[in-house]
Amino acid sequence: MTLVSGWGRFPVVDSELLRPRSFEAVGEAVVTGSVARGNGRAYGDAAIGAARTIAMTGFDRVRSFDPVTGRIRLEAGVLLSDLIDTFGPRGFLPFVVPGTRFVSVGGAIAADVHGKNHHCEGGFGRYVDSILLRTGQGETIEASREQNSDAFFATVGGMGLTGVILEATMRLRPVETGWIRERVISASDLDAAMRALDAGDSATYSVAWIDCAARGSDLGRSLIYLGEHARTDELADGAGAFPAGKNPGLAVPVDLPSMTLNRYSIRAFNELYYRMGARRAGGDHVVSLYPYFFPLDSIADWNRIYGRRGFLQHQCVIPELGARAVLGEILDRVARRGDASFLAVLKKLGQGDGILSFPLPGYTLALDFPVKGDILNFLDEIDRLVVAAGGRLYLAKDARQSRATFEAGYPALRRFNAIRKSLDPAGTIRSKLSQRLFDEV
Amino acid sequence: MTSRKSAIVLGGSSDIGRAAARAFAKAGYDVALAGRDVAALEPDAADLRARYNVEVGLHKFDVLDTASFDGFVSGLPALPDVVISIVGLLGVQQNAESDLAHATTIMRSNYEGPSLILGLFAEKFLARGSGTLVGVSSVAGDRGRASNYVYGSAKAGFSAFLSGLRARASRGGVHVVTVKPGFVRTKMTEGMKLIGPLTVEAPVVGDAILNAVEKKTDVVYVSGKWRLVMLIIKTLPEAVFKKLKF
Repeated sequence: MTLVSGWGRFPVVDSELLRPRSFEAVGEAVVTGSVARGNGRAYGDAAIGAARTIAMTGFDRVRSFDPVTGRIRLEAGVLLSDLIDTFGPRGFLPFVVPGTRFVSVGGAIAADVHGKNHHCEGGFGRYVDSILLRTGQGETIEASREQNSDAFFATVGGMGLTGVILEATMRLRPVETGWIRERVISASDLDAAMRALDAGDSATYSVAWIDCAARGSDLGRSLIYLGEHARTDELADGAGAFPAGKNPGLAVPVDLPSMTLNRYSIRAFNELYYRMGARRAGGDHVVSLYPYFFPLDSIADWNRIYGRRGFLQHQCVIPELGARAVLGEILDRVARRGDASFLAVLKKLGQGDGILSFPLPGYTLALDFPVKGDILNFLDEIDRLVVAAGGRLYLAKDARQSRATFEAGYPALRRFNAIRKSLDPAGTIRSKLSQRLFDEV
Repeated sequence: MTSRKSAIVLGGSSDIGRAAARAFAKAGYDVALAGRDVAALEPDAADLRARYNVEVGLHKFDVLDTASFDGFVSGLPALPDVVISIVGLLGVQQNAESDLAHATTIMRSNYEGPSLILGLFAEKFLARGSGTLVGVSSVAGDRGRASNYVYGSAKAGFSAFLSGLRARASRGGVHVVTVKPGFVRTKMTEGMKLIGPLTVEAPVVGDAILNAVEKKTDVVYVSGKWRLVMLIIKTLPEAVFKKLKF
């Protein structure tokens, strides 16, 4: 057995980690209690098999690519970083990228990841045309919107519970350059931040970083980053059409002591970040796609900054109507606590595509907390606010929500369970997450 | 298309072979993959074509079938600019201690076959007056260790062959690169206990090979840390070294 954990390094669980080399070997590897794992960037227990975890990153081949349409067929273990580095210079990027490029295509489908463009362009699954799925009962099927459509919509956002995603066909976005024309707006409080995000609805990309240490009249003060793909004629003289993709230069070599992040260091960091960002507010400037989309990817193993015990990310979405009051209440509680970290992000989402996809029209708020003290109780209380507002939590980030919270947030769960049962009557595919939230006990 | 540079990877289905093929294709080389099972190389050929829009050839090559080498080299559609030998067999040291057939296979796969095929290409390259030969050897060849000296001795032989070939070929415009990867997370090392900070992923080796070819490096330790580690290991007095179990 091997100790396996997600990006948050909580929980850490014993699970047999297998690395099959062929699709036949994947079939043989799937025993009761298995789930597929991509690059391990789900934060909690989604990609940890109840008994066995099937590592898919060895399946990293592109099958075919049509440079006219941007349509690509690839194995599920291909990383988005690989797609960007390989096809970016040829004028194509993924339509949707999450906050890290080090996720696999299979993982991105299973979590139906969203990016800074979800409010107008939808999630990762919207650009997936077809999925080759090895179901729990051992069949290999091609699922699309037309064929096996139940399996398709259950697999998009289905957290790997419909079976092992082997391959996918998806569309890439034609781009003139790998640069983003960015506009930074500074918002002095939550109302201003939400207004700025609303005003940014027409922008392709929009996201707000919130100073979650700010309180009182500063509560919710933010920097809003709007972005558009830059055209060739917008680049600085001498800039190549595609920026150099750099591997992480910095790395966190060891687990930092868990006291590194305390209310003083967090407050100081947030203050500095806000002031530096506010100075850039105003006109447009052109930035590389790498820092724009993936600011934390430049620091390898940044999850170690939270210390040995790991951290929790709490990401909720609150329906638009009444979101202001709930978000204000959550931010106020977090600010009073004082240990939320530098990764507080607010953005607007649109309609989700998969049956269990996280997004719904409203605002999503993501917060990091080190695992210590009474954090679990604190988050349970936050969950009550989320549920009361008709919101829900993102499964790809979750390690601890209760069944009641989950079931209240995902009314389509019953339909998902029925499809899952038809694809896997014996309940072969099981993750630690499914045991916690889905499976009959 | 013919004006492009070309590279052939012997052992194209290995993780390092695939990584090297990608690195060269990305740099604009047309690539050929050679291995025992040509059909098994087809998905990798499709991958290279889709990613980098290059020409990819496939050829059957068995490193143990030395009698076929002449025909293999003369049967290639064109003499490539770069030949990269990744082939090798780790084997099982304990079995090799008593099973002569297994020991022989390890020795032939890591020394005899790779040396002979690169030697053959060297003659063609010298006749042409250009070309680069890359042999993937191993840090295990720097000193025979109790836990893998059958493999290590074969790699030592290969490293010595490459060293001599380099000295001779350099006068004829042909460059020889010796690559010592250290620990790489691959099919070959799966299940082995690898030391994290000394371990690299296969793409790092692929990039290092390309870099060495373009910069005409002689001997490459993929991770610089290995040069130090092996220097220490090579310097230990035999009286001390023989007491070590690793």
